[in-house]
Amino acid sequence: MPQTLKVALLGSPNTGKTSVFNTLSKLNQKVGNYPGITVEKKEGGWILNKYCKAKLYDFPGCYSLNANSIDESIVIETLLNKKDPDHPDVAIVVADVENLKRSLLFFTQIKGLKIPTILAINMADRMKKKGIEIDVALLEKELDTKVVLVSARKNTGFDRLRRVLLDHKNIPKKEIFDISKIDSGYFGNLKKTFPKESIYRLWLLITQEANFTKLRRKRVTDTSDFQTLSTTSLKKLQQKETVQRYVLINDVLKKTLVINPSKATSFGAILDRILIHKVFGYVIFFAILMLIFESIYDFSGIPMDFIDGSFTQLSNWIKSNLPIGNLTNLIAEGLIPGIGGVVIFIPQIALLYFFLALLEESGYMPRVIFLMDKGLRKFGLSGKSVIPLVSGTACAIPAVMTTRNIENWRERLITILVTPFTTCAARLPVYAILISLVIPDKGFYQSLTLMGLYLIGFGAALLMAWILHKSFMVDKKSFFVIEMPSYKMPLLKNVLYTVWEKTRTFIVEAGKIILAISIVLWVLATNGPGQNFKQAEEIVTNQFVEDTTIDLKAQIQAHKLENSYIGIIGRTIEPAIVPLGFDWKIGIALLSSFAAREVFVGTLATIYSVDSDRQETIKMKMANEKRGDGTPLFTLATGISLMLFYAFALQCMSTVAVVKKETKTWKWPMIQLFSMTSLAYLVSLSVFQILQ
Amino acid sequence: MISLDLLKKKQPAVIDQFEIEKLPLKLIEMGCLPGNEITLLHSAPFKDPIYLKVDQSHLAIRREMAKNIFVRLKP
Repeated sequence: MPQTLKVALLGSPNTGKTSVFNTLSKLNQKVGNYPGITVEKKEGGWILNKYCKAKLYDFPGCYSLNANSIDESIVIETLLNKKDPDHPDVAIVVADVENLKRSLLFFTQIKGLKIPTILAINMADRMKKKGIEIDVALLEKELDTKVVLVSARKNTGFDRLRRVLLDHKNIPKKEIFDISKIDSGYFGNLKKTFPKESIYRLWLLITQEANFTKLRRKRVTDTSDFQTLSTTSLKKLQQKETVQRYVLINDVLKKTLVINPSKATSFGAILDRILIHKVFGYVIFFAILMLIFESIYDFSGIPMDFIDGSFTQLSNWIKSNLPIGNLTNLIAEGLIPGIGGVVIFIPQIALLYFFLALLEESGYMPRVIFLMDKGLRKFGLSGKSVIPLVSGTACAIPAVMTTRNIENWRERLITILVTPFTTCAARLPVYAILISLVIPDKGFYQSLTLMGLYLIGFGAALLMAWILHKSFMVDKKSFFVIEMPSYKMPLLKNVLYTVWEKTRTFIVEAGKIILAISIVLWVLATNGPGQNFKQAEEIVTNQFVEDTTIDLKAQIQAHKLENSYIGIIGRTIEPAIVPLGFDWKIGIALLSSFAAREVFVGTLATIYSVDSDRQETIKMKMANEKRGDGTPLFTLATGISLMLFYAFALQCMSTVAVVKKETKTWKWPMIQLFSMTSLAYLVSLSVFQILQ
Repeated sequence: MISLDLLKKKQPAVIDQFEIEKLPLKLIEMGCLPGNEITLLHSAPFKDPIYLKVDQSHLAIRREMAKNIFVRLKP
């Protein structure tokens, strides 16, 4: 049994920490959430040798141990709590070679916790180009630890990192910055009151908002013989601490680091001039967005048709090759179409995540934030709202979580409330199938419609933000700080890991819901109360006893479905949705997709599978669907009305849940659910009545 | 000495002092502290926010916040 070493990977955003993590653990990764909160937790394995295996924790990126966000609190809670199962044996601080100074601030703090802390200087391959020289041996002496130069890009330096990790027992645990020199009176008193505790840990307990510390902080701050300080004084001390740490760091770097500034204008500076240009900047950004949406639609068509066709064939194969019975029917009519409804997503979601990862990795996103900040502020948003609004095109759930970077609560709340308007990936299959049904396949009609739907999503988000902005009275001073990292050629490896991980999570999560709903729907559709359902065969046969031209079997099935439990539910709500151009089958799809939008296609697939024995794809079945008077159900008016309903309605339980978690109240998600859904109803109603 | 929002593009300067209560700690952690060299690289369209190089860091802040930071011009 090999020994397991718990290793924390820590570092600021943009230091390539995740690249290092990916290089070390490859596909041997596990992604989950921290209990109770929606901060992503990544674990990976790295085999060091026959006897020792490292368990790597990729912590959220943060600039310091002074928590500014929930993500940062996680780091502090885990590092301060020795009983936490994730408390590391060794910490690796990943630093950016081009901004060593700032990474060292974080390093000196971690080292203050008396955990053996290794410094891994990443992007070492850029040193020559940037004229950077580091005296590693001297730096190790000054920092009282091991320093390793690595490059995740070139895959160098990791052998040494492995050896250093194996030898972690010899890494000193001493702190190199003495916190008490900031204010000898205050810290002296602290030491006297709690002689057994580490002062720096106490100091973090006093100044942090981290969750678990509540109890212990009470003990620290309520002790009678210990003088407590006001928040302002504490903040002043924290600032003094930061300044002092930099004094120490500057001293160290003066001895160990040489930078020969290159005279040539760097490529980054030229890119900046173009990408944040007052005209080209916007043109380029919108061109990129258009390119992304266009390629998602173009490239995913063929694989989607293929998946749709394959699942239909599989379903039919099972029907004809397995013994006849309820189980076979459940598999062929409930499970397979349900799973197909999830799998059909993969091409579009993967493409979307691919492009978003490229934008993130290259360092382009902060430039967009910079460009958009002033304009978005007019709508009560922040430049940083661009990230949730753009990543909302993948999924609103992670998008709502990215709002944590917005410092101002008001701007953050408005962003959370309007993000679900952006066209998420779950709407895509609904749009895709409806567009191909009702929009003529000529010229650019289809892709323009899709583009239009995306614009409607963004437009609605902005409009609602503006309304909220004008109606909220509270106005707080806004802080806005964002790092503008250097441009980097995206690492294909990282991009693909992200695509793989996000797509998989999405499919698994959505898959669970869709599968459950598919089974429930199938049961409800194949069972019904009363004689009308049970004696369907007799009733229909008697009804058409004279008529031989009619397809009796289909009539029986239609009658059964109409009188099944689901048929009854559907027909009960039908009066409310007929003015929108929907029939009761669409009504059922609408109801079931309040759990998650993507259920729509799956639901129709299940309902129509039960309804018909013919071997057709979902699309063909929908195209053949008729109204009572024999005209096709999916006309232009119905299609547009339905698409707009999906554009505006908040049909996603997970979004409701995440908004509740992030705003810590039911008030906001409920307001959101009610107002978005009413808006959807009104818009669909007016559009259908006009187009009809 | 002028406040940072009045600094001209590409004009090298040094941070002299700031109104500590009006600035977030994060700004100081990112290297924005007295004694460090500071240059305004770009202003966003409509003049806000501003894109700065402070020491080795590149960062952007809003003009409103820049009013609380005072700099000395370098000759």
